[in-house]
Amino acid sequence: MEKKQSLSGVFMNGVITENPTFRLVLGTCPTIAVTTNAVNGIGMGLAATFVLVGSNLVISLLRNFIPDKVRIPAFVVVICTFVTMVQMLLQAYVPVLYESLGLFIPLIVVNCIILARAEAFASKNAPLASVMDGLGMGLGFTAAITIIGCIRELFGSGSLFGLNIMGAGYQPMLILVLAPGGFIVFGLVLGIANIIMKRADAKKAAKEGAQA
Amino acid sequence: MNELLKILMFMVSCVLTHNFIFSRFLGNCPFLGVSNKVETAVGMGVAVTFVMALASLFTWLVYHLVLVKLGLRYLDTIAFILIIAGLVQFVEMFIKKSSPSLYKALGIYLPLITTNCAVLGVAVLNVSEGYNLLYSVLNGTFGALGFLLAIVLMAGVRERLETSDIPEPFRGFPICIIIAGLMSVAFMGFSGFGG
Repeated sequence: MEKKQSLSGVFMNGVITENPTFRLVLGTCPTIAVTTNAVNGIGMGLAATFVLVGSNLVISLLRNFIPDKVRIPAFVVVICTFVTMVQMLLQAYVPVLYESLGLFIPLIVVNCIILARAEAFASKNAPLASVMDGLGMGLGFTAAITIIGCIRELFGSGSLFGLNIMGAGYQPMLILVLAPGGFIVFGLVLGIANIIMKRADAKKAAKEGAQA
Repeated sequence: MNELLKILMFMVSCVLTHNFIFSRFLGNCPFLGVSNKVETAVGMGVAVTFVMALASLFTWLVYHLVLVKLGLRYLDTIAFILIIAGLVQFVEMFIKKSSPSLYKALGIYLPLITTNCAVLGVAVLNVSEGYNLLYSVLNGTFGALGFLLAIVLMAGVRERLETSDIPEPFRGFPICIIIAGLMSVAFMGFSGFGG
């Protein structure tokens, strides 16, 4: 990685180029489990973003003090602290969301995206860049799971963000809000994202070719 | 007799009805990551079973005998993850000493288990469902056997996929996830079975 990467570049890298859900396929468990509706998707995404930004900042500040041999346990403890904070905040201020995300809030600890960014980025970069990386990755994750949540909610229960938009005559595809729907929608969206990314790459390559 | 039957049904439901992969969505990363070959899938499944059974036992003991007594319940996530990380390290050293051949077979999969969310998931579930010690250990052991079943089935399918003609953007992860969805439909057939 280049030393002088701009902060906005780091941010966009997380949102698009290396989108954790679509490009790296990390953190699949919450992606499939909590996306039965759009609100849950956003809630989960923002909770993970908060943890990611916090842990990236702290790990980046401590990167010269943590001995290499015990870095993984040290990272996990930092991440865990932020997860416990999120858990308490959600329980206090948005109990409804806390109930519906349930088990998956403590499981943010073992979300591979967070440990992967701590290891790959925050332990090697300055605090500000690490925060931007956390923000980008977190929002990329949020966007991805919100998209999946919207699709599942729209076709599975005929509504969007809790508002009924398909009308009373719509027969919902119940399977999409059940377990198999999570896998199938995620697989299809991943495939479509691959097609779009490939087109974008081809366009970019053609543009660069024309300039040269 | 009645209690025995209840326990038996609980075991069956852990493997089939409440399968960790297909109905609880836990442990998807290793499920997708190391299901390329049946052989490695079996290795991973066995290692996870071992750790999950022990983790359920130790986390239950620590939660009920230490955290609840001292009023430190809010530290449960941190305590659990540290126990699991320690346990994985311990299991790794133990297997290395006692059975080098098994160690070689499991090799890189052992440390990966720490970040398998099924392990932390089962610890949190045991507490939130209020299981007693016996049920917690059964939940861990048989839940993990369900994981083993799922990952081995998936590996069997994927070995065949390598020779089939899949549209290019769907190769790799997307098709695997869709197949997991179809398998999940099949497992839904067990719902209601075993309570």
